[in-house]
Amino acid sequence: MPKRGNQPIQGEMLQGTLDLLVLRTLAAGPAHGHTIAYVIERQSDDVLQVEHGSLYPALHRLEDRGWIASFWGTSENNRKARYYRLTMAGRKQLTEQTNRWDAIVRAVNRVLRPA
Amino acid sequence: MTLKRFFRRARWDDERARELESYVAIETDENIARGMAPRAARLAAIRKLGNRTRVREDIYRMNTIGFLDSAWRDVRYGARLLRLNPGFAIVAILSLALGIGANTAVFELLNALRIRSLPVAHPEQLAEVRVVGDVSAKSGWFSGNHPELTYPLWERIRDRQDAFSDAFAFSSNDFELSEHGESRTAHGAWVSGGFFTTLAVSPAAGRLLADADDGRGCQAPPVAIGYGFWQREFGGSPAAVGRTLTLDGHAHEIAGVMPRSFSGIEVGRGLDVAVPLCAEALSRGPRSALSRQDAWFLGVMGRLKPGWSLARATAHLDALSPSLFKETLPNYPADEAKKYLAFRLAAVPGGTGVSELRDAYESPLWLLLGTAGVVLLIACANLANLMLARATARSREIAVRLALGASRLRIVRQLVAESVLLAALGAAAAALVARVLSRALVASLTTANQPIVVDVAFDWRVFAFVAALAGTACLLFGVAPALRATATGPVAALKAGGRGTIGADGFALRRGLVVAQVALSLVLLVAALMFVRSFRNLATVDAGFAKDDLLIARFGIRRTTASNEQLAAGYAELLDRIRHAPGVVEAARVRNVPIGGSSSDRQVSIDGVERPEAVNYNSVSDRYFSTMGAPLVAGRDFDTRDAAASPRVAIVTQSFARVFFGGRNPIGKTFQIVEAPGKPRPPIEIVGLARDSKYAELREPFQSLMYVPVAQDDLAPGFARLIVRSAVPPSTLSATILALAREAQPSSVVTFRTMEAQIDDSLLRERLVAALSAVFGGLAALIAAVGLYGVLSYMVVRRRNEIGVRLALGADRRDVLRMVMREAGVLLAAGLVIGLIGAVALARMASAILFQLKPTDPATLAVAAAGFALVAIAASVVPAVRAARLEPTEALRQL
Repeated sequence: MPKRGNQPIQGEMLQGTLDLLVLRTLAAGPAHGHTIAYVIERQSDDVLQVEHGSLYPALHRLEDRGWIASFWGTSENNRKARYYRLTMAGRKQLTEQTNRWDAIVRAVNRVLRPA
Repeated sequence: MTLKRFFRRARWDDERARELESYVAIETDENIARGMAPRAARLAAIRKLGNRTRVREDIYRMNTIGFLDSAWRDVRYGARLLRLNPGFAIVAILSLALGIGANTAVFELLNALRIRSLPVAHPEQLAEVRVVGDVSAKSGWFSGNHPELTYPLWERIRDRQDAFSDAFAFSSNDFELSEHGESRTAHGAWVSGGFFTTLAVSPAAGRLLADADDGRGCQAPPVAIGYGFWQREFGGSPAAVGRTLTLDGHAHEIAGVMPRSFSGIEVGRGLDVAVPLCAEALSRGPRSALSRQDAWFLGVMGRLKPGWSLARATAHLDALSPSLFKETLPNYPADEAKKYLAFRLAAVPGGTGVSELRDAYESPLWLLLGTAGVVLLIACANLANLMLARATARSREIAVRLALGASRLRIVRQLVAESVLLAALGAAAAALVARVLSRALVASLTTANQPIVVDVAFDWRVFAFVAALAGTACLLFGVAPALRATATGPVAALKAGGRGTIGADGFALRRGLVVAQVALSLVLLVAALMFVRSFRNLATVDAGFAKDDLLIARFGIRRTTASNEQLAAGYAELLDRIRHAPGVVEAARVRNVPIGGSSSDRQVSIDGVERPEAVNYNSVSDRYFSTMGAPLVAGRDFDTRDAAASPRVAIVTQSFARVFFGGRNPIGKTFQIVEAPGKPRPPIEIVGLARDSKYAELREPFQSLMYVPVAQDDLAPGFARLIVRSAVPPSTLSATILALAREAQPSSVVTFRTMEAQIDDSLLRERLVAALSAVFGGLAALIAAVGLYGVLSYMVVRRRNEIGVRLALGADRRDVLRMVMREAGVLLAAGLVIGLIGAVALARMASAILFQLKPTDPATLAVAAAGFALVAIAASVVPAVRAARLEPTEALRQL
């Protein structure tokens, strides 16, 4: 079980980032929570170990903002699962947030490695 | 969006649980595919997901509104606490229900009578036309409940005014429905043709009246009947339209039915039937008021044109006034004429209608509302005390929670939630109490010949009133104790240990509350005693005649070809027959029956000098004074010598003799009645001296009064009032009299009433105020006594250890008793002193409505204080005895 104590430190950093990763994952097509968690893990070469549970509040938040929508469907192995898909607003948001992310990374890099 | 989510948060949670379960299922499948054993696979899946409960809580928190959610929890917690203490809950809800309910009932009546607008379109546009100036100079003949204007004035206002798009005149009248036998009346009104169009009322059936129905000199015009009357008399049958209705002996066609919501513009009276104003001439015949310039019987209302304010309308009417009054000047003596010419017309708001009932009851109702408010205040103080005690019992719990970091606001909110719940339940119960009470109030205001039609419906104003009361009450008894209970620092409270003490401050507050309760309830008790004694004074006051065993019979004869002389002779013969009927001791005819509310007055001239004083005037037949049980002091009674053409005679009262003859024997002296210019003023010889008697009402002092023979009075020929002294219960005589009347004149209609009922009705207002204030006063005293009991009991519990130590050290049990009683005495004395000061101050303000009672009446004050002290001491004895009986060992063990 993860320790309660390290949650706030990660939370701040991860919150926006996790949202972005979820949006990016869904850009490829609808997926349910389980898939999203594994896709993020795999695509980051297992560097970003998402605590799978914490994905769900993020999904709820995104849905609440109208960036993703959900529906119940059947998974590959015939299980009922809640699927998420990107909405138009979500797609716009993904572009904006990706740009912002790039800007932040560039800025942080400039500070860390002055030419 | 947020609110919607808030209310669906439980469903959301469910959804998430399913979603998380589906994750576990999928992951388990994959784990099994990877070769794990099913059980291990599922456990691994759950581990992978992490803390499921926390995920759900995170999402739940996103959905909820923290404040609402915790408020709901507080309310549920409060409800559980109340269920655990049903005794407290019942006492609290009951006292709130009574307190708020009493206020609401009185308010409902006030709302119906005073505040609510007429149920017509745009009532705010309605304005009433009134005469302003020295209106006491209006003299002549008055009729109806709202005698503001005369017909000649109305005609001119109607034709010349420019302020109203539409206007109408009305005059209330009780129409006789029955054609012979016992009387049955319809409470109706004569209305001018514009009545319904101005008010914009549409019919429930048929059509309502229009201008065309109200032509001068009309013969039996159509009438409109009220909805209630339609239901009562015709069972609501549509066939009623077109049927014939006999009113005052004239047949009228029913044109239509007024809507259910409309009950006329006289609030409280109802409107059984609306008759075109022109028909007044049919009912009253030659005595019609339509052409009389001194017959005040009309009220006038209009609908202001768009853009016209009341001020503008008043200015307009004011400008019309001089010529209008000049053209209609009645045949008045010079100084009255001068005042008449100075009259002005003004427009006043008319949207709430007019109401005799309102004029009579508005101030008593406000008074009762105030009294009921004080009762509620006392009940709140009591509840505050109980809540403080409960908070005290929980002080350790509160201290622990404060120490653990709960915010004070959070705890106050939880404590207040309980009060909110109590207030809400109390208010709901109060609404029911108010329904019953307000109906009872209306019923108690209804008299035999004046049923009251008020709609005490629960409208938004009443709802707002109840909510405001409940809110205020809750603030008083809930918030203050909650703040008090959380004010102590946790350390101090924890140190106080399981004994649960808030400290001296909290107790001082509770003692202060008791003192306030004692003071307030003493004020109410004094007020109640004053009103009850004032009522008793009125009811037992010497009226100047023997009030018991008198029956009043009013005969009406319609549609007769007999001359006035024949009618007068007929009444005399009927009177003679009644005198000989079994069970009748004596009988007489009279113009105005005493304490009937109606009176006449005249001015007299003595030795050619006109006196300014108004003198009450009545006309009676022979043997009137023996009928009333008030034999003449000197001189002779009227008899057959005093016929219409004989020399004028009069009997005067002792007050008359005192005022006009300096108390000397007036018999044989003469005076004249001041008549309008041009009328003869024959000398009137005084032949008898009568005892003083009350005339219009019991409340008035004895005034000078003259009696003339009925034969020499200008009585209306159509009816006569007889007064009968009976040897049997008066009401049993009516059948006999009815039979005699039918024999004498088949078309006569008779109305009966006993003098006792008439006096009771005349004291209705005083009786109502006395009865209700007695109930409120008693209730207040009871609540205050309970409060005192509570505080003393609490004191005994708080000082258990101390008392135990005292007893163990050898103190006498009587000392303990004395100690508790001393505490009671201090609280009581402080409350009584404050209360007496308040009572005297208040009684001074109310002195105008007290009858033969000074506001500082020492007996009343002493009785109230002593009575209250007795109840209070009785309430204190129980805790005092309990303290004295304490077992020292037991008390000390808990140290």
